Amino acid sequence: MTAPAFNAAVPDPSPVPSLPAWTWFKVFTRLLAIQGAWNYETLLGNGVGFCVEPALRFLPGGVHGTAFKQAMARESSYFNAHPYLASVAVGALARAELSGVPAERIERFRTALAGPLGSVGDRLVWAGWLPFASLVSLAAFGLGARPLLVIGIFLVLYNAGHFALRIWGLRVGWTRGLAVAPALGNPLLRRGPAHVARAAAAAAGVALPLAAARLLDGGPSLLAIVLVGAALLAALLVRVHGRVEGYKLVLVLIALFALLSVVR
Amino acid sequence: MRELLPLSLLGAVVGLDVVCFPQMMYSRPLVAATLAGAFVGDATRGLLVGVVLELIAIATLPFGASRYPEWGSAAVVGGAIAATLHTERAGEVTIGVLAALATAWVGGWTLVKLRQWNAYLAQRRRPALEAGARGTVIGLQLAGLTSDMVRAALLTTVAYAILFPVAVRLAGQWSFSGPLSRSVVMMLATAIAASAAWVIFHSARGARWYFAGGVVVGLLLLLAR
Repeated sequence: MTAPAFNAAVPDPSPVPSLPAWTWFKVFTRLLAIQGAWNYETLLGNGVGFCVEPALRFLPGGVHGTAFKQAMARESSYFNAHPYLASVAVGALARAELSGVPAERIERFRTALAGPLGSVGDRLVWAGWLPFASLVSLAAFGLGARPLLVIGIFLVLYNAGHFALRIWGLRVGWTRGLAVAPALGNPLLRRGPAHVARAAAAAAGVALPLAAARLLDGGPSLLAIVLVGAALLAALLVRVHGRVEGYKLVLVLIALFALLSVVR
Repeated sequence: MRELLPLSLLGAVVGLDVVCFPQMMYSRPLVAATLAGAFVGDATRGLLVGVVLELIAIATLPFGASRYPEWGSAAVVGGAIAATLHTERAGEVTIGVLAALATAWVGGWTLVKLRQWNAYLAQRRRPALEAGARGTVIGLQLAGLTSDMVRAALLTTVAYAILFPVAVRLAGQWSFSGPLSRSVVMMLATAIAASAAWVIFHSARGARWYFAGGVVVGLLLLLAR
């Protein structure tokens, strides 16, 4: 009976190799470009091979050895994950390769890991942390913050979460190896998206009227008209959700408005 | 159009951030449009366009292989146009937003083409990839990054070169008042953001009450000012 690829109820028994700090620096900076060759064939695959390559140089025989070439071929094949949480996979796969885990087990692990890393990351980052950071900085704009402060708030807040997630992922992937699954059950990843969603909902409530008021720079009656109109239109958009892309609708309506402004 | 070269470079750097490197989200409209505005001398006008676009962009969830507008280069074009038109009497933010939305639409198409190009390159080098050739893996990654940067620079250059003269003519003939122009744009953007907030967050328990509480706080803050 073969060992399960993604079962992590038990710690990974493979020995923990050691890597120089410079190698970790190279792996981490490459993680920032993991989507550089993203395509519809191998998705993130080439990026994973690119990121894990500095660590694989420590395989027996170095970059010219058979072990290195076989590992590179494996790690550059099809893979999909959220780009930030792909750091978990890179750390775990680097450890597995350097520990001499059998190829079939690594391949099964890769296949099993892709789904969870994609869905958790999408919910936590794209549908949570990003809109939250965006809405907080829009609220700051509404409260009168100057341009530099508005973009500063956004970049610092967003990237605090962004870099923390990448560093945590690489660290937990490396330390847990193929036994990384319990780390994905971390309360931050399981319950985090719901907490961030609630915070973002509150931030949206604060930001929308404030941002509208500052941008309009008009009287309260104009603001009231805009907010009531927006609420009615939003209710309509929720009803037709999935059938209309918001930005295309706005593009068409503003184009018509512009045309009217010119021809009347 | 002396500003075209610096804007193209900014568009390239910002466009690269959208997907490829480093995804620090300085490609978000709020940041990119403000930077573009600063490049042509009016960061505040760029910020106003950035705020409107950011509200609209909240609805965009860049999940996996989904198709989505490219907001980075688009925000550079829109922010720069609005900032350049700041001496016009009205409509500069509306025109900037219009230019950005059109560019974002085309930009989304260019992202799809880039991914197809990357797939073509990977297919051509498949034997080397299957042999674990280190140089091929690194080369494909660098080719993808370079292609994306060139894509974003070309998109910004072409969009600005075409849309800026149109925007100048449009602004010259703009007949609606400034408050009316901004009201229409803001109403649409706020509606998109509110509907997106509902769609994204409503499944979280109690999120609607958090939203309602936030609206109350926002309105109280407005009254207090």
